[in-house]
Amino acid sequence: MPFIANTDEQRRQMLAAIGLSSLDELFHDIRPELRCKDLNLPEGLGEQEVHDRIAALADHNSTGLISFLGGGVYDHFIPAAVDAIVSRSEFTTSYTPYQPEISQGNLQAIFEFQSAVCRLTEMEVANASLYDGGTALYEAMMMALRVTHRNRVIVDDSVSPIYRTMIRSYTSNLGIELIETLSAKGLPDRDALREKLNGHTAAVIVQNPTFFGCIDDASDIGELAHACGALLVTSVYPISLGLLKTPGAMGADIATGEGQSLGLPLSFGGPYLGFMATRKALVHKMPGRIAGRAFDSQGRQGFVLTLQAREQHIRREKATSNICTNEALCALTALVYLSLLGKHGLRELAQTCADKAYYAQQRLRKVPGVTVRFPDRWFFNEFVLDLPLPADKVIRKLIQRGVAAGFPLVRYWPEMDHSLLIAVTEKRTKKEIDLLAHLLETIL
Amino acid sequence: MKLIFEKSVPGRRAGRRVPTDAKASARIKPELLRDRPAALPELSELDVVRHFTELSRRNYGVDSGFYPLGSCTMKYNPKAAERLARLPGFAGLHPLLPQLPGGEMMVQGALAVLHEMDRLLREICGMAAFTMQPLAGAHGELTGAMIIAAYHRDKGHRKTTLLIPDSAHGTNPASAAIAGYEVRSIPSDADGEIDFGQLAEALNDEVAGLMLTCPNTLGLFNPRIREIADKVHKVDGLMYYDGANLNALLGRCRPGDIGFDIVHLNLHKTFATPHGGGGPGAGPVGVVKKLVPYLPISLVRERPDGSFYLDYDLPKSIGYIAPFYGNFAVILRAYAYVLMLGRDGLRRVSENAVLNANYILARLKPYYGLPVARLCMHECVLSASRQAKNGVRAIDVAKAVIDRGFHPPTVYFPLTVPEAIMIEPTETESKETLDEFISAMIEIADLAEQDPDAIKNCPKTTPVGRLDEVAAARKPDLASL
Amino acid sequence: MSKIPEGLLYSKDHEWIRVEGGVGTVGITDHAQHALGDVTFVDLPKAGTEVSQGEEACAVESCKAAASVFAPASGRIVEVNASLADDPGRINADCYGEGWIYRLELSDPGELSRLQTPEQYRQMLASEK
Repeated sequence: MPFIANTDEQRRQMLAAIGLSSLDELFHDIRPELRCKDLNLPEGLGEQEVHDRIAALADHNSTGLISFLGGGVYDHFIPAAVDAIVSRSEFTTSYTPYQPEISQGNLQAIFEFQSAVCRLTEMEVANASLYDGGTALYEAMMMALRVTHRNRVIVDDSVSPIYRTMIRSYTSNLGIELIETLSAKGLPDRDALREKLNGHTAAVIVQNPTFFGCIDDASDIGELAHACGALLVTSVYPISLGLLKTPGAMGADIATGEGQSLGLPLSFGGPYLGFMATRKALVHKMPGRIAGRAFDSQGRQGFVLTLQAREQHIRREKATSNICTNEALCALTALVYLSLLGKHGLRELAQTCADKAYYAQQRLRKVPGVTVRFPDRWFFNEFVLDLPLPADKVIRKLIQRGVAAGFPLVRYWPEMDHSLLIAVTEKRTKKEIDLLAHLLETIL
Repeated sequence: MKLIFEKSVPGRRAGRRVPTDAKASARIKPELLRDRPAALPELSELDVVRHFTELSRRNYGVDSGFYPLGSCTMKYNPKAAERLARLPGFAGLHPLLPQLPGGEMMVQGALAVLHEMDRLLREICGMAAFTMQPLAGAHGELTGAMIIAAYHRDKGHRKTTLLIPDSAHGTNPASAAIAGYEVRSIPSDADGEIDFGQLAEALNDEVAGLMLTCPNTLGLFNPRIREIADKVHKVDGLMYYDGANLNALLGRCRPGDIGFDIVHLNLHKTFATPHGGGGPGAGPVGVVKKLVPYLPISLVRERPDGSFYLDYDLPKSIGYIAPFYGNFAVILRAYAYVLMLGRDGLRRVSENAVLNANYILARLKPYYGLPVARLCMHECVLSASRQAKNGVRAIDVAKAVIDRGFHPPTVYFPLTVPEAIMIEPTETESKETLDEFISAMIEIADLAEQDPDAIKNCPKTTPVGRLDEVAAARKPDLASL
Repeated sequence: MSKIPEGLLYSKDHEWIRVEGGVGTVGITDHAQHALGDVTFVDLPKAGTEVSQGEEACAVESCKAAASVFAPASGRIVEVNASLADDPGRINADCYGEGWIYRLELSDPGELSRLQTPEQYRQMLASEK
């Protein structure tokens, strides 16, 4: 029997020690009428059979497409050392560091991850991780409501529609006033924000770069928000922080984001990595686990989970969040990735992505009929093109030719049915970009 | 040990810059750029590898040794599942692919995994349908509470309260509160079960449901579970099953058959996916037929021709609770596990898990406090109350266990048992390992009598001793900046 | 044995209040601070906040627990003990003195009759055992 070590003889000895004569007696509290009949499940398979079966399913997926898909999840190169380190079983098979003395590895890694997030975002404190960028943004919103004791939140529609949909789903029946402002040319419309901001607003939520790929400086939005006593909450793409102005520098009160691009594979949607950072003054209202420095009686430095009174196991229904298991191994992955890239590596990577995206935009706008949708905006590695045909049609044809050209914005903005969101990472070559251009020229 | 930032040497690099073949230069307006590069460490690849290798040696996992953390089901993680999760055919799949026209046919293998897992879990739990989206157990609890709320709203009920036993894991009341419910805590009786009388009294038309862990957090299976379910259903409340302890029931008893309407599972517990030091996990939620309309968007369905597609047309759904389809790589590992175990293997899990826990209970009960004198299920709860007269507490016992080479059991949970020590061996441990652990625990009990100070000074074999958590919380130092 | 000084009134939630000229100084009792363990953080209320008798005014945290501090009487919070931000341990060391938490301008002194005398509080603690 796989994974079960004990033999029948050993089981007999154990039953004798308990004073029972059959395994069935162990379940005497479960009356016969509550027990299930034999499950209608297949027989167990050996490792080889399972491998063959699942490997065949893997082959049923097309990962050979040349992909320009982004939308918050990006195809970056993962150095081999990341996986070598992170797959060590002392990391993978451990659990929450409840006993700090034998978990200093995990705890120091969490502390270092928190520090890395702070250094990246130029914020003061960070937590040990949340599930993903979307739930992190939702948690940030709830934190803002707690901090301000207010009930009204403004989210700009240039924030990921996936995240906005999640936020709506979580809060639709909680009596929270959720206002979506319409963006203007790919960036939050300051006039719209000004109009909606008032003394009841808890937070303004924006994203950088926006879902359309446009780069913003939200400092002025922060000032507007703060003038009303509201918080500035941002969602940020971490690789872009190799180059771009940080949430901290913009005066954000809470910065969140999706850490998938920091060494995590695409993996069909998960596991990913939510991160959150905030100002020190707000730390007691921040959700999630937090590791802090501590010392033993001999003055030796170590790390512990701290400020636990915020959390569910202590605060129960009054907790800052219900989160328990988070994305610890993914946070470790991000830490390792950032350590390998280092200060200059991240900046160079970001520059490479931006350069390639710039090249792509220049090349693609030369395709007859194709225009750049937000030509006056600065962009990082993602931008929107308007096509002369509906984007859906074009995408279908391109997929057949082995290229996932980008994301059709019509899925979330019905009026943008000719628009295509294109992402370019360091993995896309000039040849691939030229191929996309050539195919578009053929199809359009 | 130094922090990784402290090992940084200016100018040191790990890798070469990837040359960009597209000769273009994006010169973004300076005002939009950061002032200076992020202060990440500058290290060689060897520096990084050594640093994390050293960190890993200051850790303890299931692969290191016995890890009887009650309520966490620290069973062995099959390596076969690890290899499968890394296959490029899964790892390289962008989640937006199926949302492109013609894209669904590009991800049929991945959709098949999700679809199959849904089917298998339905059978294992006795539920009508599963969502694979929740990204952890607590996330599943929140999803479940939202489904309960959607159901009652749809029926026009005014239900304000969820009932939760006082022995429940903190995520239960936290999730209920986040979903907008008031929480009413029901006390436990002297036998460690939810107090039946108090429960009956608390049931009224305002009760939306009851959240139960079964067996409960003391490792006890409530023989009156069907009666409880009937009472809750009588006020049109829903029965929520916290699946943290499903390891006791696999293949033997199904939540759907004993009266539960909603179930969440912890794939990183019962289904052997690695705990990762605190995640990633996955918390799929299953429901009975009447609750299917409220499941989150999207669901994987099969066409008559055998192909799979994502169904977004769920008008009564609670909406989107995750960005995509769930923690896919975790679900994939659990799928491999279920295939390897099969029907018979799943039954053997609960059998051996419950046997192992009772063996420990029988051997240790002469030495430790026994809150409830009954057979337990897959975990047992003892108490350090007997050691209290010498000033030795559960935390001291735990630290002494560390020095003897094991991970300590859970301590101070459930909250209803003073000085609780919760031991969950799981089915993958051998009798020899259990015997070693039992000897260590007996030795500790003896030492608590003869030389209590020796225990209070534990652990002595670790890189650091007991850390001053009070000082750490009073003057939090949470980042090296 | 829990310290229960004279001259104070006590709530069933383990707060004490010392009333002088229409203003009540509020803290938590010796029993409460002992149950909490070393206090690590006090989530002080804001001056100017109005509270009703029995309403949660603020919270006190230790490493392993958290407790609400309720208002023993209704009124407006006029002062908070800012020194608790740097030294929350005062609540453990001197819960009736330096460990006071907030001061309340009473809006209805009549409510004080609902509180317990030291002797009543002592009896309540004894019966809880």
